[in-house]
Amino acid sequence: MFKTLAELLGHGLKNWSFVIGGAISLLFFLVAFLSYFWTPYPVEDINISERLLKPSTQYLLGTDHFGRDILSMLIQGARNSVIVAFVAIGIGIGCGVPLGLTAAARKGWIDEFIMRFNDLTFAFPALISAIMITAILGPGSVNSIIAIGIFNIPVFARVARGAALSIWKREFILAARSAGKGPFKISIEHILPNISSMLIVQATIQFALGILAEAGLSYLGLGTQPPMPSWGKMLNEAQTFMHFAPQLAIYPGAAIALTVLGLNLFGDGLRDVLDPKLRRSR
Amino acid sequence: MALLQVQDLLITLKTAHGPQEVISHVSFSMDAGEKLGIVGESGCGKSITALALMSLLPPDSRISGKILLEGRNITNLNSREICSIRGNRIGMIFQEPMTALNPVKQIGAQVSESIYLHTKLNRKQTLEQVIELMDKVGLPMERFPLNLYPHQLSGGQRQRVMIAMAIACSPDILIADEPTTALDVTVQEQILDLIQDLADSSGMALVMISHDLGVIAQTAENVMVMYTGNVVEMGSTIDVFQNMLHPYTHGLFSAIPHVGSSAKQSKKRLSSIPGQVPELHLRPNGCNFANRCQRASSICNEKEPSETRISEHHQVWCYHPLNRQDKRKIKK
Repeated sequence: MFKTLAELLGHGLKNWSFVIGGAISLLFFLVAFLSYFWTPYPVEDINISERLLKPSTQYLLGTDHFGRDILSMLIQGARNSVIVAFVAIGIGIGCGVPLGLTAAARKGWIDEFIMRFNDLTFAFPALISAIMITAILGPGSVNSIIAIGIFNIPVFARVARGAALSIWKREFILAARSAGKGPFKISIEHILPNISSMLIVQATIQFALGILAEAGLSYLGLGTQPPMPSWGKMLNEAQTFMHFAPQLAIYPGAAIALTVLGLNLFGDGLRDVLDPKLRRSR
Repeated sequence: MALLQVQDLLITLKTAHGPQEVISHVSFSMDAGEKLGIVGESGCGKSITALALMSLLPPDSRISGKILLEGRNITNLNSREICSIRGNRIGMIFQEPMTALNPVKQIGAQVSESIYLHTKLNRKQTLEQVIELMDKVGLPMERFPLNLYPHQLSGGQRQRVMIAMAIACSPDILIADEPTTALDVTVQEQILDLIQDLADSSGMALVMISHDLGVIAQTAENVMVMYTGNVVEMGSTIDVFQNMLHPYTHGLFSAIPHVGSSAKQSKKRLSSIPGQVPELHLRPNGCNFANRCQRASSICNEKEPSETRISEHHQVWCYHPLNRQDKRKIKK
């Protein structure tokens, strides 16, 4: 097992998008983790006398209109993004993958029912529906997690079903059936391990989308609530000061863009690394 | 009572041309420990028959007739009941060892699966059983640790793993669906010997499916020749091979290339059966082989031939079976 992981890493280091994306993603996670132990200043500290300062040695990225340290808020915001996206992905995988596997295993009307229900969910624009859900349930980070999670379910259900269907046609599934295995056991023991790489790649991409969605909801004031800082909310607050303090908008914007870019690159690279066929053709 | 009895088996599959009969009126029976060979060219229904025995037909197929395992019809069981038969009472070896193993699971885990499913052995006992099985199929643990993955094994070794999986619960019937087609000749010999030894030592009945008459001659006591979903000739291997009666059987035999000792023989063209297997939706009313048969007469095109019993162990479905004189003529 460790040998194969090391091998994979070896292949990965030859892949540029894997290396760059991985580095950015790693940095992002480390920063998010760091926020649990240390931020330059506590983010709740309001210090009106030092509002809207330019970057200096004291405040590396300056302060916002309440005199809060922007760097601290970015670090704290990274944690917030990670938690929201992570739990939302968890909801998506936890519900979507079993649905997709069931659809592929049972076929017939169950398959139709699950997939048409997926189509229905897809038909709503995700962000607008998330706004609707948070409007009904009330704004807050838990509700935004639920809203983003719900829209991850059909994505994972589709990926799992499509990949599972192609595995179901393979001969070793017939062999497993001839050994007396039922569809449930085959799905768990044979199908799932074979589609896991695809699910992992999809998860990294959905993770990036989750961060984007969280930022969007927070920007609209429906996501994370004060005093917990969030990148989306920072953007929203910076709007007012756009003309005389544009750096307020630039920092969280750049953080979102960089993280999403990094995660997408990582997902792309990971797909190439995990797929032996693509690896060989390089 | 016979161990396995197939009565009037009829299977229809959905195709682009509507439902088509792929197996029609196949009947045979097997006793415990018997070795039955099923032979025929591609698309004659050998594999479908095997899948029917395992109830592994595609979901849109329809089946009628009876498959009796120790007198109990297994064609209409629910999925739980059939799962307790698959792998436990009937084991199956597949044609392609390269694709019939799960690429992401260790071989030991794959072999132990059906033991976990069908027996109440605990972890340790299962492990012992797996080691014993691997030993039996010629993959001793010292050289082939159980944590190997299929891609680390050769084709022949993988087929041995497949065999270990199929016999893990010592089934009463082992179905081998062209187990050696994907292997090269030297390995083929070893695998056939292995299957035969295992069947002999444990008293398993063996269904050997092949298009290779040599394989059948080597392994089977009884043989069933199939063409387009029908049995055309059936009997003990010796009877059928020495005294073949159906023109199709004869055609198969004469299509075997021989390494000629004399110059005259080696210059002779390899004979083949003219034409090809008619497509499912284009099958004639009468004998399916009529349009490729040199002996066909008008009746062959009108009515399906019925069974002619030559001896107790030899049946043929033909209006014009070969007789002695014909054979001599053909030999010349």
